[in-house]
Amino acid sequence: MSGVKRLLGRLRAFFHKQALDAAIDDELAAHLDFAIEENLERGLPPEEARRLALVSIGGFEQAREKHREARGLMTLDILLQDLKYTLRTLGRDPGFTVVAILILALGIGANIAVFSVVNTLMLRPLPFANPQQLVWIAPPPTKCGLSCATYSTDAYDTFRVQTRSYQDVTGYFAFSSPGNLSLSLGGAMIPATSIDVISNFFQVLGVQPAMGRVFTQGDARNGAPPVVLLTDAWWRRQFNADPAIVGKAFDMNGQQTTVIGVLPRTFDFGAVFSPGAKVDALTPLNLYGPPRDWGNIITFIGRLKPGISLAQARQDAENASQYMCWNNKQPRSCGSYKGYVVPVPLKDYVSGRLRRALVVLWSAVGVILLIACVNLSNLLLARAAARSKEFAMRGALGASRGRIVRQLLTESVVLSGAGALLGLGLAFILVTWLAHQGAIALPLLSTLHIDGASLGWTVLIAVSAAVLFGLVPGLRMAGGNLQESLKDSGSGAGLGRKHERLRAALVVTEVALACMLLVGAGLLLRSFLKVLDVDLGFQPEHAAAVKVEYNDSAPTNDASVQKRTAIFQQVLARAGAIPGVEAVGITDYLPLGQNRAWGTPLPKGVRPPDKAPPSPLVYVITPGYLRAMGTGLRGRDFTWNDGLKSENVVIINQAFAHYLADFAQWPKGDAIGREITSGGQDLHIIGITDDVHEESAEGEAGWQIYYPVTQAGPTGAELVMRTTLPPNVLATSVLRTLRDLNPKQPAAEFRPIQMLVDHANSPRRFFMLLVAAFATLGLLLAALGIYGVISYSVTQRTQEIGIRMALGSTMGRVQADVIGGTLRLAAAGVLLGTVASFAVARLIASLLFDTSPSDTATYIGMALALLLVAVVSGYIPARRASRISPMVALRSS
Amino acid sequence: MSKLDLLQGTLDLMVLKTLAAMGHLHGYGIARRIEQVSGNEVLLNQGTIYASLVRLEQRGWIASTWGVSANNRKARFYSITKAGRRQLAEDSRYWERLTGVMDRVLSMSKTSNEEAALDESGEPA
Repeated sequence: MSGVKRLLGRLRAFFHKQALDAAIDDELAAHLDFAIEENLERGLPPEEARRLALVSIGGFEQAREKHREARGLMTLDILLQDLKYTLRTLGRDPGFTVVAILILALGIGANIAVFSVVNTLMLRPLPFANPQQLVWIAPPPTKCGLSCATYSTDAYDTFRVQTRSYQDVTGYFAFSSPGNLSLSLGGAMIPATSIDVISNFFQVLGVQPAMGRVFTQGDARNGAPPVVLLTDAWWRRQFNADPAIVGKAFDMNGQQTTVIGVLPRTFDFGAVFSPGAKVDALTPLNLYGPPRDWGNIITFIGRLKPGISLAQARQDAENASQYMCWNNKQPRSCGSYKGYVVPVPLKDYVSGRLRRALVVLWSAVGVILLIACVNLSNLLLARAAARSKEFAMRGALGASRGRIVRQLLTESVVLSGAGALLGLGLAFILVTWLAHQGAIALPLLSTLHIDGASLGWTVLIAVSAAVLFGLVPGLRMAGGNLQESLKDSGSGAGLGRKHERLRAALVVTEVALACMLLVGAGLLLRSFLKVLDVDLGFQPEHAAAVKVEYNDSAPTNDASVQKRTAIFQQVLARAGAIPGVEAVGITDYLPLGQNRAWGTPLPKGVRPPDKAPPSPLVYVITPGYLRAMGTGLRGRDFTWNDGLKSENVVIINQAFAHYLADFAQWPKGDAIGREITSGGQDLHIIGITDDVHEESAEGEAGWQIYYPVTQAGPTGAELVMRTTLPPNVLATSVLRTLRDLNPKQPAAEFRPIQMLVDHANSPRRFFMLLVAAFATLGLLLAALGIYGVISYSVTQRTQEIGIRMALGSTMGRVQADVIGGTLRLAAAGVLLGTVASFAVARLIASLLFDTSPSDTATYIGMALALLLVAVVSGYIPARRASRISPMVALRSS
Repeated sequence: MSKLDLLQGTLDLMVLKTLAAMGHLHGYGIARRIEQVSGNEVLLNQGTIYASLVRLEQRGWIASTWGVSANNRKARFYSITKAGRRQLAEDSRYWERLTGVMDRVLSMSKTSNEEAALDESGEPA
């Protein structure tokens, strides 16, 4: 209790210094008067009375100082003094201060921003209740896309019944395409994206609605009234954050659909499950309605019971898999999931792949901070050297060593504090910008923000940076010999030499670190260029796609096909007539997007292999699509005459054709004209296309099979146009045409195909750009470091250079000398950095694409770049040196 | 004989005791009183008394007001508080014990060294 009171008293005293000083002065004056008076009464002469009184008090100043010490906070006083002094000295040297703070701000800012990214993607738990219990259940990665990563509704039911270690299992319909929901608010249809989820989805994830309620089993029953849950973002954007929205009904896909709730802001389906995609609404998936027999459509997400280990859950899933049937009505399909039901922690599924890239990124900014610190240490050292006399003087006047070190530390803390503050500002801008990059297909990126952890990280970095770079010059200064410093006239004797060696070592370190960063960035850049160079199997330039709304519902399949054919023909005719359009076609799925498979068609009359090969991805297309997409074709394209009455035709890609020809041992290995069979249906191969990269530019192209819309049912329609104009120019006229044909056509997004490719490549681009930015920053800092050291040594050697010039040395000789010194430093750094890079490059080998970690061109290029930068940053001081006038130099000291 | 240097903390106790005995007093009065009682044997820089006074006041053991002295001078008068009296009692007890122990330790005779140690060890300290 009294401790607190005392502290308060001391704090009060600290802040009322002047008033209290005045009070003690009054008291001491009164004291003196009393003493003099008493001495006079004792009969002393006035002079003597006053002298004795003063003696007995024992010094006014001392009494005052003791009083201050007793009442106030001595350390705080000293700190304040140091701070005041620091601000004054820093203010006197604004060039140094600005550069120092800027260097630190860049280093710290980059660190905070990247830490925020790492924290969001890797460290922070998923935004669900007890996220460590959640598992993603899927087969090991295969070639046949989403259809091989999902399960049938029958399999879902069996899994739930047969497992013991799961609290519950949920999932969602994996094949919803963007813009699958048309909202009508009176005007044009508004496209939105909704995902069908199993009714227990939110209970399993542990997500509470912000308003209203989540789905119940009743919502997913046959004949249940249609309901929808809105995401926070859509509720704000489309419904103006209407607080009374729950219970209101809207026309969605032609049905009055009731809003039953709004999801919390923290729940972002796209951020977790389909990076880069925007999901607006969630709707209940009726497991017992039409999707019952659609095959593999559901992804599994399970919640483990408390205390169940992953190994147990895995064993349990393995056991259950032997009872799971693709379709309960087909006993032969039972057990086909064996070995394909593997739970992994949900967090690993979401961001596990990114771990290595993030660690690399993190290390890169760590190196940046290190370079920044080394640089600052260097700057401070140069300053300290210039101030050595000042400190020697202070030492001579009685300042203790500790006091001088404390002063220097205060300076670095002030610098790093300012740097951290500015860095935080920079990081905030960067993070906000990144969080709004919807086009980057990284999970959770939209939830990116600077939180407490990042702030704590900032403080940690700032303080350790301060200590790190403040200590070296501090210790060196305080360790110096007083007399020597006072004598050392700055002509490069004794201490000056030692300083220079240390500074040179720091610069070499800096260059080596920058070299490592540059090599890493160079390798990633080269990989990225290689990825851009990959032949995707289609030409993304000058092509665009737009989703077409159509209605082909009819009583019979035949009638439906006829209706669809008519609609598509009309759409293609009208769209193809738009000026600037070269080729048009329709497909149900675009490459690099969603996909599905229908099982593996095999050569007719050949015994099927024991282990079924992966299924080719299925695309249902119109004549002309392949040309519009720019996919090469051998054989013939579909025509509108390939109808229900003619033979069934398909086009397959080269890889699949190879497999088939090998397997069936067709003569000359050619598949054109051959027959394959799938589900009892004979299919005639009429053409072979290039291999299309359907999942990513980097992965290998898998197998594809194309069916004509006139014979098979598409799941939607993407109109693809190849144009001579920039694709975006066409957007309005195409949409107007589509609206003409079908008033229900929503204002769907007009997507250049290049955008799809960019989206697929965005994670690599993201990492490459960040690492390249950091490497540039590192290079800049290294250049600054080199400049600082050389420029300082030129200043130090002014006299020497002056003498040399006076003795007849030419400007060119002096310049060459200085630049030679620079190159020696840089070369040492590059050598060291190259050796270190060889070791480090192996660690990032898995992030490279078609690029060797010891790629010679990259190493040579980066070394040359560094040396060039070194020469440039050494040239400025060299020029200055060569301009030194002998007369001025010799007179200067 | 030279004057005594004051031990750390003893001045605070002297000030408290002086105020407890004399009631209302200004800084000069306290200093003089201590000098008189000590028979002018302590070396007191009178100025240091003010550091002691501010320390005691911050701890709430004494209180002060500005007033006018007998000879019509403006001065700050100090008096002991209730908490100060408690503290004084506690400190006095402690001091008496300490001086008792010091007395006994210093009065040890050279010859009866070990016996004395044995005798004393039985007694509660």
